[in-house]
Amino acid sequence: MLLALSVVLWVSCGEKKEGDVKTSSPEISEVVEVVTEKELDSPIPVYDYDGFEEAYLNVTTDTTYVFNFWATWCKPCIKELPAFEAINENYTDAKVKVVLVSLDFPENLNSHVVPFMEKRGLKSEVILLDDSDHNTWIPKVSEEWSGAIPATIVVSRDRSKFYERSFNYAELETEVKSFL
Amino acid sequence: MNTKKILLVFLAGAVFTMIAAFSTYGDSGESAGYTIGDAASNINLLNVDNTMVSYDNYPDALGFIVIFTCNTCPYAVASEDRIIALDAEFKPKGYPVIAINPNDPSVQPADTFELMQKKAKEKGFTFPYLYDESRSVYAEYGAKKTPHVYLLQKEDDQNIVKYIGAIDDNVRNGSAVKERFLANAIYELLDGKEVSVTETKAIGCSIKV
Repeated sequence: MLLALSVVLWVSCGEKKEGDVKTSSPEISEVVEVVTEKELDSPIPVYDYDGFEEAYLNVTTDTTYVFNFWATWCKPCIKELPAFEAINENYTDAKVKVVLVSLDFPENLNSHVVPFMEKRGLKSEVILLDDSDHNTWIPKVSEEWSGAIPATIVVSRDRSKFYERSFNYAELETEVKSFL
Repeated sequence: MNTKKILLVFLAGAVFTMIAAFSTYGDSGESAGYTIGDAASNINLLNVDNTMVSYDNYPDALGFIVIFTCNTCPYAVASEDRIIALDAEFKPKGYPVIAINPNDPSVQPADTFELMQKKAKEKGFTFPYLYDESRSVYAEYGAKKTPHVYLLQKEDDQNIVKYIGAIDDNVRNGSAVKERFLANAIYELLDGKEVSVTETKAIGCSIKV
């Protein structure tokens, strides 16, 4: 009886986690080209939510993606960035890729985001998500997300897990390892 | 399978069930806070004018626009003019704005009570801007970020939560707003209707505690 119950709980947990992200998509490289063409003047790729979802969230390769939603003005985000940078560096061989999804205002891209990236020497990929229709896209990332940042979603080909919280290196490593 | 193994499997199952049950409970505890239809507790918080403010100060109000906000979060700052406009539009209709700053100034030094006073004066706030010093109000409401709106309506001496979320559909740019979620909800209440869109989401700054 207990065992049966635990199996049910296990299954329902799994379904919830997998429900967040769709699985089929075109190849990532194709879409990146299209979007960067559209944003020729931008120093980093700029996406609306649909573009971001298509290019990144629908993982079709064996890479595990760690998407961290942040902004230069978000103190707890800045504090946890080194952990994400370190994961990106230390888990390259395990095919883990960190993408720092900036929610800075687009008019601050050249004045804040790019200088910040240079000052910190950020190695992880940085993109700007510029889509003001928050109420439409936040629940698509995760129904659990209130909209507060920092927030992180780890996505692989077959599952995803969302976190509305801050991480230190050890905590993030534990979560990433659970995907490998 | 011998008896020992069966026992082990059962034990593992029992432990897992306990953990699962506990973590489910833990989750609901963490995300605790009001949902639509809940009765909100009264408040008694220090305003920037050094008076204490509670819902009882407004015997004639039909309800309240409670907004958790702060001094420096870019989304809160981008919302300031709209919050002032909301108070101008809805206070005469019975729904005054009550702004509450939940941030701990020891974590976010820009949110001291003195700087709240400065902000209120500079922006000409027409509504109370309250200091959640004990950090108990935001937690009870379940606010996660700034700005975070709770629309309350008085019903039988209780303040019932009717809407939770964003002011509108463009937190960054008030001039590009297409849908005024909060205003729509208040007009529905004024028309004696149920609120049709009860919860919305927007990016905001995590509450600094």
